Amino acid sequence: MKMDRRSFLSFVIGGAAGTALSPLPWKVTDDLAIWSQNWSWTPVPEDGEVGYVNTTCSLCPGGCGITVRKVGDRAVKIEGMKGHPVNDGGICILGLAGLQFLYGPSRIASPMRRTGERGENKWQKISWEEAISEVSKKLADLRSKNQSHALACISGYDGGTVPRLFERFLTVYGSANFVRTPAVRDSYELGLYLMQGTQANAGFDVENADYILSFGCGIIEGWGSPVRMFKANSHWKETGVKVTQVEPRLSNTAAKSDQWIPIKPGTEVVLALGLARVIVDESLYRREFIASHTAGFDRFVQNVLKDYPPEQVEKVTGIDKAVVVSLAKTFAAAKKPLAICGRGRGAGSESAGEIMAVYALNALVGNINQKGGVWAIPDPNYIRWPELEMDAQAAAGMQKPRVDGAGSKKYPHIRNLLHRLPEMINSTDASPVQALFVLEANPYYSVSDSAFVRKAWKKIPFIVSFSSFMDETAANADLILPNHVYLERHEDIPGAEGFIKPIIGLAKPVVNPQFDTLHAGDTIIRLAKMMGDPIAKAFPWEDYEACLEETFGDKWEALGEKGYWIDAGFEPSPWNKAFETASKKFEFASDDIGASFQNAVVKAEGEESAYPLLLIPYDSPRISAGRIGNPPFVIKTVADTVIKGKNGFIEVNPKTAIALGLSEGKSAVISTPRGSAKVRIHLFEGIMPGVVAMPTGLGHTAYDSFLAGKGVNINELIGPVEDGSSGLNAAWGIRAKLGKA
Amino acid sequence: MSKKDEKEKAIALTGDSEASSPPDGAKKEENGSGGSILLFFIVGFIASLIVGWIVFPKLLYSQKKQPIDFNHALHVETVDEGCQSCHFFRDDGSFSGVPKLTQCTGCHEEAQGEDPEETKLVEEYVAKGREVPWLVYSRQPNCVFFSHAAHVKMAKMECVTCHGPIGESSHARIYEENRITGISRDIWGKNIAGLKRNSWDRMKMDECAECHASEAIKTEVSIETPMLGFFNNIIRLAFPGTEKPGRKNSVQTQHEACFVCHK
Repeated sequence: MKMDRRSFLSFVIGGAAGTALSPLPWKVTDDLAIWSQNWSWTPVPEDGEVGYVNTTCSLCPGGCGITVRKVGDRAVKIEGMKGHPVNDGGICILGLAGLQFLYGPSRIASPMRRTGERGENKWQKISWEEAISEVSKKLADLRSKNQSHALACISGYDGGTVPRLFERFLTVYGSANFVRTPAVRDSYELGLYLMQGTQANAGFDVENADYILSFGCGIIEGWGSPVRMFKANSHWKETGVKVTQVEPRLSNTAAKSDQWIPIKPGTEVVLALGLARVIVDESLYRREFIASHTAGFDRFVQNVLKDYPPEQVEKVTGIDKAVVVSLAKTFAAAKKPLAICGRGRGAGSESAGEIMAVYALNALVGNINQKGGVWAIPDPNYIRWPELEMDAQAAAGMQKPRVDGAGSKKYPHIRNLLHRLPEMINSTDASPVQALFVLEANPYYSVSDSAFVRKAWKKIPFIVSFSSFMDETAANADLILPNHVYLERHEDIPGAEGFIKPIIGLAKPVVNPQFDTLHAGDTIIRLAKMMGDPIAKAFPWEDYEACLEETFGDKWEALGEKGYWIDAGFEPSPWNKAFETASKKFEFASDDIGASFQNAVVKAEGEESAYPLLLIPYDSPRISAGRIGNPPFVIKTVADTVIKGKNGFIEVNPKTAIALGLSEGKSAVISTPRGSAKVRIHLFEGIMPGVVAMPTGLGHTAYDSFLAGKGVNINELIGPVEDGSSGLNAAWGIRAKLGKA
Repeated sequence: MSKKDEKEKAIALTGDSEASSPPDGAKKEENGSGGSILLFFIVGFIASLIVGWIVFPKLLYSQKKQPIDFNHALHVETVDEGCQSCHFFRDDGSFSGVPKLTQCTGCHEEAQGEDPEETKLVEEYVAKGREVPWLVYSRQPNCVFFSHAAHVKMAKMECVTCHGPIGESSHARIYEENRITGISRDIWGKNIAGLKRNSWDRMKMDECAECHASEAIKTEVSIETPMLGFFNNIIRLAFPGTEKPGRKNSVQTQHEACFVCHK
């Protein structure tokens, strides 16, 4: 029988009829509907037992308590911990997006060794055993050549057991080069030391102040402990506490303040001293404090304040002298006025002069260690480990001066000067740093003058990153020993920036480690053990957790239950006991202090003739600019006048733009003595004519596709400017020119 | 299609070629071809029925073995509170479902007997702290929202009503996984036509609707079937304000949107 066209059609029709009478089409339709829910990109909520874990956030130095909601084994939401003394249930945008650091795309899944050129992103996965033994061999080799002091560690923090273990390792190995990344607390510590003689952190009793004079602090943009400051700001609004913001740019803080005083960038210290002068001239200072508890007041008035009459202040700062006088009177008339400084979120150091001018203002109104004032908060001194046994090599290494010069004769009171490291490396043929550890920091990206940093980087033969993420530093390291992220590890988090009580937060593992990572504390202990005595002997603990438990002793259990320890009854020392200077008084003047005021104004780098504009960086709470890159959720919240697609914008006053022939959205090139970059113009009335501003935290080359390549890294354009007396990097901007692209 | 073709097809379809009177000899040939056409139709028809009813179900499901041959009967004998001993409600009212390793470990920290399956549990999972990758017969697709608390605690339904007498089984049966959807055959039911004898033979939306409709009659609340509800919802969206009072999809919640049961 032959199958012709008709038979075929008949067969097909029969088949169709049969199929229609079978369950096949209906079942397949139903199954396809269900299948369409299985697509990998369709989010499916986790199912399981709901639970909460209290822990401490360590994404910034804010020290907030957080409560992580879990469903089954998955963390699904981060909330502020209710009742926590620092943030009481509040949380910031970065903390809220923290789960993306846990589950995000830029995590490093295992120890890795570089196979291609540095930065080429070619890696080979290796075992932990292999990774640690590789470091151990390199370090043993360096030590055998009497080069132990050529090991350095750059760390994003220095409080708590983990950085202290690293520091301990360096010490017993024979290197003093443990360098913390800069922060405004460097300046606070210096100011407190010079004027009050105390080794302490500055605390600000913002909740009890009744007038706030802020010299450029991003009060609602991440300054201090961010959530605490948001809450304080709301509290001020409710209770009628006035805020005066002195800042060249209309930041969110300036916009929400009661009075915004635009000032020529970098001249804040002049205003502070000018205000002091008015307060002294008009006898508005608090006599009982000045007379009995201060020293050098007359010297301060005669040597320093003489140069800052209101006319002079007007000339330098651009602020009308009547405004200066009335501001001084308002400040002095308040019952509990508080002056604060630290530009933006306080991620960089300020000049000693500026810090001390602000402290002097606070001292004039007597609010040192008083309700609503500036407090000296001692370190909660809880890390008491056995004394180190140093061998001859270690002792010799520790005798060698630090590479960054901190603590030397030239920079006597400073502990960390990271900005000097590239210069020291580039100024010699053989790098003084032969091996570098990087812990919870991203110096390759965040140290200013990126081109110079890259040059120095090339000269360091061996770089080990302990980063959990593929940041710029990890991408340009030789070996990566990835740390657990903060939601996977135990760790003590001492202090909360600017907080007024000694506090230690405990970070707890919320979930099991998601990848083949190792706690950096464990890595350093294992490394020490592998290197043998005397280094191993300095690390008697079986692992990091044992070390942490032993450190806290009988406090450990209570700490675990509550999630933090606080000295709730802490009160600042009364005036007669507070000061440990030679005079046992608050000192307005001494030789060190005098030098600081002489160098009070830090000039921007560059010649005005070649670079007529001033470029200043600004911080935004929507852009993480610290050691950690913005997670995808947060970068989505950045306005399209800051980044649009891959383009970053520069804020320009319309007057400046007209003079340069530039208009909104146009491409332009910004050039500074340190570099140049392509940007787009955003016209903004809130920036002073002649000043242009760019956000920090953009222009990443590493991390994930959500962040990399967006905008410009402002560190490419700005270099460090040393404060003449302290050596701290006090750069607040740089001279620049803007031209059509 | 020409008129001639249509005629032939009509003949083929009715199978009534004998009834039509062929006017001449040429028709004879057509008759023969008409027979073969009918034959092809029948072959196609029967073949597709075989494919649809027999081959397709065999191809659709893959067969998987549970990681451990679990003996429900033995466990039910041993425990005090029946099903809820292991499949319990959590403190917040949510249902725990298939037990986690922690529950197994409660009794099986070490092997209690000599059953090789128990040894496997202890060695492979308990000792290593690995969750047992149970294959869940009653797992619904992601879109389904189902509250055990509402049915078991409030409506006092027995587990058996939906899950059948699984508590009496002494071996874990083969898990048949739908190759398209990845879910168990138990949801559609063993019968490919979707027919059932027992209330637990299927777990599709019809089963929900059936029970909810009968409950609705008892409580004298008028209820729409899900399909009718779907169309009525569209009509209500298109013509707001035409809604009749007292017509709700859900007897229990008195809500009418799809999202009572669908996520």
